[in-house]
Amino acid sequence: MPNYQSSLDLAFQALADPTRRGMVERLSRGPASVSDLARPFAMSLPAVVQHLAMLEASGLVRTEKIGRVRTCTLDASAMSLAEQWINDRRIGWERQLDRLGDYLSDSYIDDLEETWT
Amino acid sequence: MSPRSAVHGSFVIERSYPASPARVFKAFADEKAKAKWFGPGVEPHERAFDFRVGGAEVFVGKHPSGMVSAFYCTYQDIVPNERIVYAYRMSLDGVPISISLATIEIKPEGQGTHLTVTEYGVFIDGYEDKGSREHGTNWLMDLLGKSLEDDPV
Repeated sequence: MPNYQSSLDLAFQALADPTRRGMVERLSRGPASVSDLARPFAMSLPAVVQHLAMLEASGLVRTEKIGRVRTCTLDASAMSLAEQWINDRRIGWERQLDRLGDYLSDSYIDDLEETWT
Repeated sequence: MSPRSAVHGSFVIERSYPASPARVFKAFADEKAKAKWFGPGVEPHERAFDFRVGGAEVFVGKHPSGMVSAFYCTYQDIVPNERIVYAYRMSLDGVPISISLATIEIKPEGQGTHLTVTEYGVFIDGYEDKGSREHGTNWLMDLLGKSLEDDPV
């Protein structure tokens, strides 16, 4: 059974790095070539390409080679609807379990009283 | 009309609570206790609670966005203070979206409880018509925005 958490994990992993966040921020303003993306960063082109590969693997960024130029685009629809739904279910559970934790701390005294009366 | 589809997925969530397994179990098993934490921020339209194997729980409610979600659950296995297994169907504004099997395992951990929720689900067609694509995408973009805000480059 596929684990639909994985692409979200990859997306967060991709965003954990400041250089990659910078690239995503740049792409949120529109598509760019690899050399455009590389320009603000003080690093070699191969290092930039490596960061780009991680963004591509996460599904957040798509790249396409047109002629001699590789163009990068932000792809917000990286997750399928099913993945979004399953992630929503998971987030729903996380919220409920937070509430359960609050309830368990708040009801502690009530439960004690119930036990002793 | 979107094409018919069935996509399977699963996840596991683990939590630790400074409360006895009996209190954690009661929070699921007792109607009044469960109503205190289950369904936050949702205005209830319909509620039923029959906590026994084969018994049903229903929670239909309106979210602040106006969307009505429905949870139809049937309990499959109950071991007091240890385990609850239930199957449930979710629908949004009357459209069936998914059917899941949820297992809640309750284990003592020191003075407290270790809780494991494992869910296997099948996501069925119909979600797209509810404008959920936009919702999901916005959600991802919000996360993205937040991660950028928290740590500006």
